[in-house]
Amino acid sequence: MTAFDYWSITQGALATISLSLASIVLGVPLGLALALVRWARVPGLNGIVYSYVSIVRSCPTVTLTLLVFFALPQFGISLDPVPAAIVALTVSTSAFNCEIWRSALVEFPRDQYDAALSFAMPRATRMRRIVLPQVWRASLPGLVNEMTLQIKSTPAVAVIGIVEITRAALRVGSNTYEPLPPFIFALVLYGLIVFVLIRLQRMIEVRLRHGGIA
Amino acid sequence: MMHDFATIWSQRDVVFAGLLNTVILLVVAGVASLVLGALLTPLLMSRHKLVARAASAYVDAMRCAPFLLFVYLIYFGLPTFGISMSNWAAGALALILYNTAYMGELLRGAWQELPVTMIESGKAFGFRGLTLLRRIILPPILLRAMPMIGNQMIQIVKDSAFLTVIAVSELTHEMTGIQATYFIPFAAFVTAVLLYWCICLAIEAGTGVLNKIAEERRA
Repeated sequence: MTAFDYWSITQGALATISLSLASIVLGVPLGLALALVRWARVPGLNGIVYSYVSIVRSCPTVTLTLLVFFALPQFGISLDPVPAAIVALTVSTSAFNCEIWRSALVEFPRDQYDAALSFAMPRATRMRRIVLPQVWRASLPGLVNEMTLQIKSTPAVAVIGIVEITRAALRVGSNTYEPLPPFIFALVLYGLIVFVLIRLQRMIEVRLRHGGIA
Repeated sequence: MMHDFATIWSQRDVVFAGLLNTVILLVVAGVASLVLGALLTPLLMSRHKLVARAASAYVDAMRCAPFLLFVYLIYFGLPTFGISMSNWAAGALALILYNTAYMGELLRGAWQELPVTMIESGKAFGFRGLTLLRRIILPPILLRAMPMIGNQMIQIVKDSAFLTVIAVSELTHEMTGIQATYFIPFAAFVTAVLLYWCICLAIEAGTGVLNKIAEERRA
């Protein structure tokens, strides 16, 4: 492997990181919105969100990516590989995030909500000042854990031709006829990314225990 | 659109063959990784530092690696050492080795919650080695870890879709083939998604029933 080969796999790492970052930035709030729909038991929507989460959670990311990339053009929406990948990853992570947010919302003590209600706080303030800060704190570890899983499912978008770490390593391997070194380098890169996320999670957990960030 | 689904129906043999292959992969990989995971757990908890460290290095490596990368590693890497096997065998091997690490880890979590007195009284009755593992330690662990094992089974189903990249003819692969022949991507992939959903619902129902039996036995 030449220095250029190493560089091309590292560039793949940039694609992996930015794709997962984009899907996380979109998927976390979307998950919260879905969880709020289920929490508030919005009639009609509740059932839809329930089925959505159940289907997406059991759907392989590869299949979902193929569905988004090949099927949307049938309805006149044709996406380039990168937006299609972001859509597929966002859809999949939002379902998992919805469950994380929802379990925090379910465990949220009802009496606090009622107390805020008895102070005649409007609904938006109640959410912003009372519910969200605590729910956010409770779901943060779960959300970071889901981010680690998200990084590991990004190779799925390689099937629509996006060059991320795994595909870059595959390319180098088929050029040099030595598949092992690029794959091991790719493994090291994934290890680094996951390691950083796990450290981040530990740091957050320690700070939460000391009653830090809200 | 209905016409597209009718085309899928006319290709039902291919679809069911793919579904069957996915289910076979699930059963083979699920059973094998559960058994190997149960054997890996004592190594993870071993008192010999070296053994424990080697086992947890394996688990950590698997937990860091995305499944697709691991599939490539097996599929392209093993022939470098002169081991070559069919695509199906390579895919199944990748599924088994990858999920063994996860099974071992989640069984370890259940083991740590097991009261020590139970193991000690088992030892006091003269159970040792594999018999101790099989008769005293594993049954309560397996029951306790049942929901997590179910989750891991669902993960195996989802991982098996990656095997399309090495041309294992599982569900996603067959659906891609149909999609490419008739150009009906929506119908093809929605059918695939719904079939995957059915498999996962079946797994959830199965673990639910087993859980109920376990609770009745405990009571």
